[in-house]
Amino acid sequence: MTTTSAGGRPPLARSLTVPAVTAALALALAACGGSGEPKSPAASTNEGRGPITFATGKDLTGTIQKLVGKWNAAHPDEQVRIIELPEDGDQTRQQLVQNAQIKSDAYDVIRLDAVWTAEFAARRWVLPLQEEKLEPATFVPAALETGRYRGKLYAAPWLTGTGILYYRTDLLKAAGVKSPPQTWAELQDACAKVKKTPEGEGADCYAGQYDKYEGLTVNYSEAVQSAGGQVFDAQGKPQVTSPQAKAGLQFLVDGFKNGTIPPKGVTLKEEEGRRAFQDGRLVFHRNWAYVYAMASAKDGTSKVNGKFDVAPLPGKDGPGSGTLGGNNLSVSAFSKHQATSRDFIQYIVSLDVQREYGKEQSFPLSRAALYDDPAMIKQYPYLPVMKKSLETAKPRPVAIRYSEVSAAVQDHVTAAVTGKKPVDQAAADLQAALSGLAD
Amino acid sequence: MSTPTIARSRDGQGRLAAVLLSPTFAVLGVVIAFPIVAAVWDSLHRTTEELDADGLVVEAERFSGLANYTSLIGNDRFQTALWNTTFFTVTTVAIETLLGLAMALLMHRAFRGRAIFRAGVLVPWAIPTAISALLWRWIFSADGVANAVLGREILWTAGGLEAKLAIILADTWKTAPFVALLVLAGLQVIPDEVYEAARVDGAGAWQRLRSVTLPLVMPSLLVAVMFRMMDALRMFDLPQVMIGTRKPSVETLSQLAWDEAMNLRYGPAAATATVLFLYIAVAAFVFVRILGADMLSEAKDDGKAVARGRGGSSPHKQPDMLSEAKDDGKAVARGGKEGKA
Repeated sequence: MTTTSAGGRPPLARSLTVPAVTAALALALAACGGSGEPKSPAASTNEGRGPITFATGKDLTGTIQKLVGKWNAAHPDEQVRIIELPEDGDQTRQQLVQNAQIKSDAYDVIRLDAVWTAEFAARRWVLPLQEEKLEPATFVPAALETGRYRGKLYAAPWLTGTGILYYRTDLLKAAGVKSPPQTWAELQDACAKVKKTPEGEGADCYAGQYDKYEGLTVNYSEAVQSAGGQVFDAQGKPQVTSPQAKAGLQFLVDGFKNGTIPPKGVTLKEEEGRRAFQDGRLVFHRNWAYVYAMASAKDGTSKVNGKFDVAPLPGKDGPGSGTLGGNNLSVSAFSKHQATSRDFIQYIVSLDVQREYGKEQSFPLSRAALYDDPAMIKQYPYLPVMKKSLETAKPRPVAIRYSEVSAAVQDHVTAAVTGKKPVDQAAADLQAALSGLAD
Repeated sequence: MSTPTIARSRDGQGRLAAVLLSPTFAVLGVVIAFPIVAAVWDSLHRTTEELDADGLVVEAERFSGLANYTSLIGNDRFQTALWNTTFFTVTTVAIETLLGLAMALLMHRAFRGRAIFRAGVLVPWAIPTAISALLWRWIFSADGVANAVLGREILWTAGGLEAKLAIILADTWKTAPFVALLVLAGLQVIPDEVYEAARVDGAGAWQRLRSVTLPLVMPSLLVAVMFRMMDALRMFDLPQVMIGTRKPSVETLSQLAWDEAMNLRYGPAAATATVLFLYIAVAAFVFVRILGADMLSEAKDDGKAVARGRGGSSPHKQPDMLSEAKDDGKAVARGGKEGKA
């Protein structure tokens, strides 16, 4: 082992460097031959038909496989093969981006997070869809909006959803609070009352997702919207220094200061918060619909089973506005069989197929009719609340460089809630950062 | 070496060697040289983007010279990452060296349950970093074991000095066994006779450690430290999984390069990666130059010993190494005695 450090370079290494570097240089030059020219990826459309692949997340319940099986039985020449992508959003995006950059036709139909639409559309990685064929009027309007970029529909809404407020019915009842809070003041008031009861002792009041990641962007946008502001206006200009937007940020900052939000809030993501709520350590919790099924579990994993309900998020002066999440389906610009891909998307987002999918998994779907379906409501009692919340929910900022927008929000909002910067300063800095990123 | 027969066949052999080695060279060129050259090439370019009338991106790649590098100089995020990388490398390697040495000395002793201890020490090293990072994330979560043991709520993963401390702890836990393993291998080739000789010469336990064990194990230790140093300089998965992306208190250069690449800024990403590459290369070079003096003379001695072994009648290496080590040991023991006198 000691010989590895022998002085100087052994002659072997010297003689091998020259040819290796020459070869590498030749390769590099060949690879970069086209540089300097403007690259406009030609996203050509075609009417190709044939077997396709469907790149989606993990199919935990096996339902997608079943639905694809039905399609395959009916279309022997246009078989669909499922490719499972990582469950983690960042990893999925990374894989899709890499795939698009080498213009690979490995994926035909891809599942996009609602916030990636602008980026994928603007970079010509996905193709516009024929909107009228999808019966746009029957979708949840907000969900349909997340599939659009500059007026054109690039992604068909599939899964959707927004933040809702989970609250402990037993604790509120014990404290004499009759209905779930509609405003932030009511929320703090209810907490104060709950804390005075013996049942509520030791429970934290309210928490969303405030760790420095995408969840913070979501929660910050919700706070801003719930105070009547907006992160970006209709023209795509950032508006985070408006009095309303500052009031939203102020709510979060004050929440941390006065103990409405526990100090450990800055380490909470979806799952940490869900566990805290499920263990009975939170009175109010902001999270997505998936928590409902887990918190209702009767197998002993949930201590709040039967003791909680959901409501729309509270706001500054009235009901708040949630942030839209969700997944949409797009046709890859590099697909060789785009006509089949479009037909398959139309099939999978159709009302009947969605209903069948909805019976097996609890994530809310994009067709409005499902929210009024008695059988669905019986299975998922949160659906009426979700429907109401979706009416006021807003998509996250539409930006091609969304991940950078989100990163800027995370940087400055973290600085504010951890007390490193006053709200005014953080808002001004964020405004400056976002202005540099606006398209 | 240059006997007439060898000289005559040398040309033919050289050609044969070149032919036989060329596949290796080609593979090395593709997997090592090409990525490096391509990264440097990328780091000299910038991609500009414009939107056309439909809001679609039109990209252009332009040669930008050293602009990607010069913009790193005033960049706060880069400087923080550079400082974090250096800080983690210095602290973790220092702690791991001491801890690894102690563990190796312990493992080297004969005691009941030594086999279990040795196996146990290796477990952290056997777990993939990303998995152990996940494990430590749970330990350091707000409701985790660490806080339960300490009896207070410290927000380890929220950033700040606590996050740094958490990283150092997790990294030490994970890689001190690696140092221990290499040092143990070095300890095991020190023959008992050396210690006997030292004992006969009247050296106490501390003196035996200082004057016999440490000098003889130094080559292995230095190799271990160098490996660890290069490893720590490119630290990525531990802070990434344990604390998260874009946390200024723990972000390393690797994380920064990764984040830039994820945001499709390949030029700045390549520049950051190239700087890291140079940093590691320079650090390794300095390490060998400054601390390697002993390693060099050691290597030369080894070479001589091997040459002697080959020339000698005995085809077995083991006895030769032993006698060599014995000589060394005696010399050291003698040195120690002189020092005492």
